[in-house]
Amino acid sequence: MSAWEWAQLALYFVVLLLLAKPLGAFMAAVYEGRIPGFVRFLAPVERGIYRVCGVRPEVEHNWKQYAIAMLMFHVVGFVFLYGLQRLQVYLPLNPANMAAVTPDCSFNTSVSFVTNTNWQGYGGETTMSYLTQMLGLTVQNFVSAAAGMAVLVALIRGFVRRQTNAIGNYWVDLTRSTLYILLPLSIVLALALVSQGVVQTFRPYQTATLLQPTSYQQPKLDAEGNPLKDGQGEPVMDTVAVSEQALAVGPAASQIAIKQLGTNGGGFFNVNSAHPFENSTPFSNFLECLAILLIPAALCYTFGVMVKDTRQGWALLAAMTVMCLGFLALCVHQEYHPDPQLAALGVMTTDGADMPGGNLEGKEVRFGVANSALWATTTTCASNGSVNSMHDSYMPVGGLVPMVLMQLGEVIYGGVGSGLYGMIVFVVITVFIGGLMVGRTPEYLGKKIEAHEMKMASIAVLAPCLAVLAGTAIAVMTAQVSASICNPLPHGFSQVLYAFSSAGNNNGSAFAGFGANNPTMNLLLGLAMLTGRFWVKIPVIALAGALAAKKHIPVSDGTLPTHTPLFVAMLIAVVLIVGALTFIPGLALGPIAEHVQLFAAK
Amino acid sequence: MLIVMTVLTGLIYPLVITGIAQVVFPSQANGSLIDREGKPLAGGGAAAGSALIGQPFDAPQYFWGRPSATAPFPYHAGASTGSNWAVTNPSQTDAIKARVAKLRESGIPAGQPIPVDLVTASGSGLDPHISVAAARIQIARVASARGMSEQNVRRLVEQHIEARQFGIWGEPRVNVLRLNLALDAVRAESRLAAVGAP
Repeated sequence: MSAWEWAQLALYFVVLLLLAKPLGAFMAAVYEGRIPGFVRFLAPVERGIYRVCGVRPEVEHNWKQYAIAMLMFHVVGFVFLYGLQRLQVYLPLNPANMAAVTPDCSFNTSVSFVTNTNWQGYGGETTMSYLTQMLGLTVQNFVSAAAGMAVLVALIRGFVRRQTNAIGNYWVDLTRSTLYILLPLSIVLALALVSQGVVQTFRPYQTATLLQPTSYQQPKLDAEGNPLKDGQGEPVMDTVAVSEQALAVGPAASQIAIKQLGTNGGGFFNVNSAHPFENSTPFSNFLECLAILLIPAALCYTFGVMVKDTRQGWALLAAMTVMCLGFLALCVHQEYHPDPQLAALGVMTTDGADMPGGNLEGKEVRFGVANSALWATTTTCASNGSVNSMHDSYMPVGGLVPMVLMQLGEVIYGGVGSGLYGMIVFVVITVFIGGLMVGRTPEYLGKKIEAHEMKMASIAVLAPCLAVLAGTAIAVMTAQVSASICNPLPHGFSQVLYAFSSAGNNNGSAFAGFGANNPTMNLLLGLAMLTGRFWVKIPVIALAGALAAKKHIPVSDGTLPTHTPLFVAMLIAVVLIVGALTFIPGLALGPIAEHVQLFAAK
Repeated sequence: MLIVMTVLTGLIYPLVITGIAQVVFPSQANGSLIDREGKPLAGGGAAAGSALIGQPFDAPQYFWGRPSATAPFPYHAGASTGSNWAVTNPSQTDAIKARVAKLRESGIPAGQPIPVDLVTASGSGLDPHISVAAARIQIARVASARGMSEQNVRRLVEQHIEARQFGIWGEPRVNVLRLNLALDAVRAESRLAAVGAP
């Protein structure tokens, strides 16, 4: 790895952390109702939305009303998206004549986009019409992200407020997140991406004449569609000449912008941001990668501002950044040290001024190894799940990094809103453990942490773990799933474990060789996504309600300070220990066994 | 609320972006199509390809791109995919062995190591680029197949090296389709010169 790659990685984190404060302050102002001047022209739109929808913004919800509003909104969103996919064949804006999506795939995709997972069992350019992508998927990209931010804001209010039931109005939080934060950022990013070559068009798929025509073999079929066999029982092959290249295009940039900013990750094309029309240049790659962590990192500062102690926000951001850098270093190191067998075959894998080197299977030359590993790490730190390289073809431990990051609950920056509320749940657990160690009542930001809060925090941490482990266990026992695995030995198990780690934590990335578009997997993964989203979100809203009802305790000598390096270290330890205790056995059967298989055999 | 959000983010937002994109960046927004001279396609002429999407090449007179895992033929830009083979998958090792053998057969001597990007499939299956080293190693074959001097081919390769973007981002690389179009343009010029055309 040369100084150039070091500089690219360093620049990424410098820009990310520099933007955290201004954007975080802006978001705090939006949520506190102090709409900043330069977006105040949108205020009439906000009021108009409330009027049309019959929302009374000044009426606040208790935690149950807040949770019910959120659930209702998601149920309606699910039904709409399901219907749209099933009916796309009859609807306009379908120039490539996509058929109706199958019921199980529609179910899975609807759950996936409503829960901000954006797991995709299908390939975008071969399944979804332009209308479905826009009116269904893009919309859920926005609102599922906004819903995560809303729940975070409700939780923050739980800490700030005293002896009240009200934790805010769900519709107001949803509208403000979308209108003032996600939409303006998406417009800027989408246009920047188009300038780099990301497509944004309603034209049908384009065609180009191949410079060198090619051909391929396909089995000859009889009248009933069965393959013909010759005298020896070998299939008869037809040679098909290809002189044109069909180029899939579409209104992609607008969807990609929000897919990155809203930690959604569902690609317009099958290979997501590895596709040159989805991520054209190294600079578009930098922007898209930055957009993954931009809002999650800035929300830490928002949190600090809203609880009136920015040190608390910086402490969480510090814990996240330390963990992220550690995992990034491991992933980059692994990907620069590919299979030692390659050298024996006469392949040069060392990087130099004229070649990126490393493990390039499934990676694009324009990004090279460093930018691919950076993306793999950030997309799984957050609950994004977009990819710019194929994680399935990573080195065993290189692929373990994204898997572990998801299993930790995506609290290292994490999803928009969901990452920080997940991390705050871990903070609650950490102050509880800290309180036990020193024998004092645990408290955080002036609120006592008692049995009820610990129960809610425990459910929120354990539900995704259950979805991952139980889901994997059930899946590997079914015959249909065994047939979906495309790689032998431990890596095959890794493919299943990765799929459930991704679904159970609402990430959406995959070891994509795993054929997940079948009824069994669509159902199992759909259930894992629902568990991983709502069995975290609802306990968190309940936690917000319980905290808001408590009175404030002033800081005393007995208070454990939660902004010190000591506390940051303790928080990191708790996150890692909970993850390690839960997942090391599973990891040992998958990537760790594969690593040993690869290197011990030499 | 969902209806309002659908109109706002599902209709108005993509339509506004499309409108602006089609006016300000018409070439990029429609797939960066290029003609046979490598210039952005103007009007309704036939496209020679997209500057961003690779094409399959295996003839000796063309530079070869990276292996592609798309089906049913390589560089099928209507159905992008990577191989998704694990490092430990025997099919992966076999595929690399076969690709190395093919490159050796094309004239790369046994002692010379082959850049890894020439024997591993790209993530999208549509990667338009190869590394600079992967282009240089093919110069001798292309020159002899075309009856050009190695020096002339090398000059074309060096002209087609794309540096790191803004001097910082990404990796130096060569766009295979653009390079091959330029090679064909040279041939067309020399043919014109031979018949004494102006």
